[in-house]
Amino acid sequence: MSQLVEIRDLKVAAKTDAGRTVEIIKGVSFDIAPGEIVALIGESGSGKTTIALTLMGYTRTGCRISGGSVTVDGQDMVQLSEKDRADVRGTKVAYVPQSAAAAFNPAATIMDQVIEVTRIHGLMPVDAARTLAVELFRALSLPNPDTIGDRYPHQVSGGQLQRLSAAMALIGQPKVVIFDEPTTALDVTTQIEVLRAFKSVMRKNGIAGVYVSHDLAVVAQIADRILVLRGGEVQEVGSTDQILHRPQHAYTRQLLGAFEPVPRSPAEAARVADLHPLLEVDHLVAGYGPLQSDGMPLVRALNSVSLSVHRGRNLGIIGESGCGKSTLARAIAGILPRKGGNIVFNGRELAADARHRSREELRDLQIVFQYADTALNPAKSIEELLGRPLAFYHGLKGKARDQRVEQLLDMVHLPKSVRHRRASELSGGQKQRVNFARALAAEPKLILCDEITSALDTVVAAAVIELLKELQRELGLSYIFISHDLSVVEAICDEIMVMYAGEKVEQLTPSDIGRAENHPYSRLLFSSTPKLDPGWLDSLEQDPELVRAYCRR
Amino acid sequence: MKSQVLSLIAGRLGIAVITLLIVSFAVFFATSMLPGDTASILLGQAATPEAVAGLRKAMHLDDPAIFRYGRWLLGLLTGDFGTSYANGRPIMDLIGGRLINTLKLAAVTTLFAVPLSLFLGITSAMLRGSLYDRVVTLCTIGLISIPEFMVATTAVLIFSVSLGWLPALAFANEVHSLGELLRVFAMPVITLTFVVSAQMIRMTRAAVVETLNTPYAEMALLKGASRGRIVMRHALPNALGPIANAMALSLSYLLGGVIIVETIFNYPGVAKLMVDAVATRDLPLIQTCAMIFCLGFLVLTTIADIIAILANPRLR
Repeated sequence: MSQLVEIRDLKVAAKTDAGRTVEIIKGVSFDIAPGEIVALIGESGSGKTTIALTLMGYTRTGCRISGGSVTVDGQDMVQLSEKDRADVRGTKVAYVPQSAAAAFNPAATIMDQVIEVTRIHGLMPVDAARTLAVELFRALSLPNPDTIGDRYPHQVSGGQLQRLSAAMALIGQPKVVIFDEPTTALDVTTQIEVLRAFKSVMRKNGIAGVYVSHDLAVVAQIADRILVLRGGEVQEVGSTDQILHRPQHAYTRQLLGAFEPVPRSPAEAARVADLHPLLEVDHLVAGYGPLQSDGMPLVRALNSVSLSVHRGRNLGIIGESGCGKSTLARAIAGILPRKGGNIVFNGRELAADARHRSREELRDLQIVFQYADTALNPAKSIEELLGRPLAFYHGLKGKARDQRVEQLLDMVHLPKSVRHRRASELSGGQKQRVNFARALAAEPKLILCDEITSALDTVVAAAVIELLKELQRELGLSYIFISHDLSVVEAICDEIMVMYAGEKVEQLTPSDIGRAENHPYSRLLFSSTPKLDPGWLDSLEQDPELVRAYCRR
Repeated sequence: MKSQVLSLIAGRLGIAVITLLIVSFAVFFATSMLPGDTASILLGQAATPEAVAGLRKAMHLDDPAIFRYGRWLLGLLTGDFGTSYANGRPIMDLIGGRLINTLKLAAVTTLFAVPLSLFLGITSAMLRGSLYDRVVTLCTIGLISIPEFMVATTAVLIFSVSLGWLPALAFANEVHSLGELLRVFAMPVITLTFVVSAQMIRMTRAAVVETLNTPYAEMALLKGASRGRIVMRHALPNALGPIANAMALSLSYLLGGVIIVETIFNYPGVAKLMVDAVATRDLPLIQTCAMIFCLGFLVLTTIADIIAILANPRLR
């Protein structure tokens, strides 16, 4: 037979908490040729990881394969006994997890875990396995390949762990490797290195792969073929080039469309602009830990950051994890009292601690958090969640409040019927809308949006961004929009501030992006954002000096 | 890294010492507040006020409490536990043999209970949801709910009264052969094992189940590891801390909480001694017993904490 993997009419059933059985994979069929990398793409809940795991004959707790066949190298994984499946795992089919940080046992050394596959299956003597592992570490361009295996998982960085987990998968010399969103948790500059390492190792050894991801641009770099999934069904299959440039299915077009949001037109921004700055932040310092003798906290997360936002204009703050962007939002909101510098809002100085600010000052400056799941009280109905700020800031009661709740739901495009439901009964995008409506209830002048689209699927995130723009037109709001995702920030902001290690690197407008005069770090960051072009990764050239200076890989 | 472990352990030991000091304070003043005057109880109802006053002076009972506490604490530190009010013998002599008896019983029970609980806890976690797991769970929950005097009395009824296999009373001092030892210890040990194991089985199962749900356990499964390997190599090392703590809490019961078992089997241990001391208002004896129980508890929990510190790879 010519195909390495043949999946025919695969069905997976899941048992819900209520005991009902639901089909989550509804008859999926596809093949993988030897050495071919097939990407499974779709939003959360589309069943992409579930399908990938059936290649190992494995389903997560509560799920079972209810029909069809998954033939890997001539063996049907569905029919095999548990013992025979265990023999295939790690030798023929291997798995690279989404979060390597969680998939490494914290109590054992990296080397022990990487070569465990050879021990379990008795593939080779321990010394040979160690030598092979070191070779793989080198091939995956890990630093100190000879000694990195002696460390414990917490002693290496996230990007390194992700590559180490690839070494763990490749040590058994498998025919197929499953990559389960392996770069989603990484920063963009780190992602490049990891993707390159994966691609070269896979190509060199002619290993077939299943690449699970929600990010079309990442998939475009590594996959030969793309399967677009939605609700456990295949929407469209095609070569990478075909899916990217000649999508047939409406859903694929939607996915592609969400990837390139429409930027805010300068004319629109100019129309509402005002000469007086609404918010002026001057040399802001904030941090965590006990205060030192100089009155500064032990860990300074923000080091003398200055910015200003004009009425009706939007400022985007972009940077990698740990650069201090969320701390900046918390310091401006007064949740984390600043330790130095000054914040002037609407012409008046704001107290460092939110508890010392007046109700009016609090009302004018609202914050929306990243995870609506944790920001919304699960015990309260949507009506109560929105009614609380209405009563607190505006003293609305009874019928007036009910009317206002309905208006707010209408503003964020939610049906009135959700008002009696609880947050847990809504989808991710709906929850984020409620979260945003709660900030709107205060009728603020400025809203701090902290990664509010990061936990959402691309299509949903694009819709939320459109909503934000629309509300801005109607209400004349200003946003400070914090994100690690350049395309999101580009879509809504008039100005972009780049942060690195607690400091402001530079401030520029979206049209300045990609110019030669950008700060070196901004250039690195912008060039690291994956493009939909399949040749992007191979043709990308980054200054190694720059990479060394700014990447904590 | 090493020095961090040492400083953590030193800190833990320091806390144990401070706790012991606070407990000694509480024990001393709580027992001092017991109603009734020791001197007049000792001398009986016929005592003259002069005699009572004389005895009070001789026993330093009129000194301020803080001085008496200091003297008592100093005595404890130098190994002088005082003399019994009831019969004038040194506390040391009264407790010595009893403590060894209690420790013997505790040791034998530990020897049985710990391996048994580990085995049942780990296997039921591995076979989670199976019939075996359900039977073990049902039995342990049942045992937690049955009071120990019930278990002990039933054991006596069956093994001593009906079957006549084992002696109903345990006289630990007259054991000469191994067979005799087993016969004497059998029923107290069975009863105590029942009492302490149930909790340990539940906690072990919970700790192992929790680590089995982690991504690294799933990763091991996807590497082709057998169930046994996943549990022994990946789950157990990470569950060691919580298991050690659960064990320490359960085993500490063997030192101070065994009064019912000791009474039913007439076993001459410390717990029984303490209850007798309460009856005769023998303050020094009560205080010393309380301190011994507290010390045992602290030693066990401190050991568990140190195991948890050593098992944490981040501190290695």
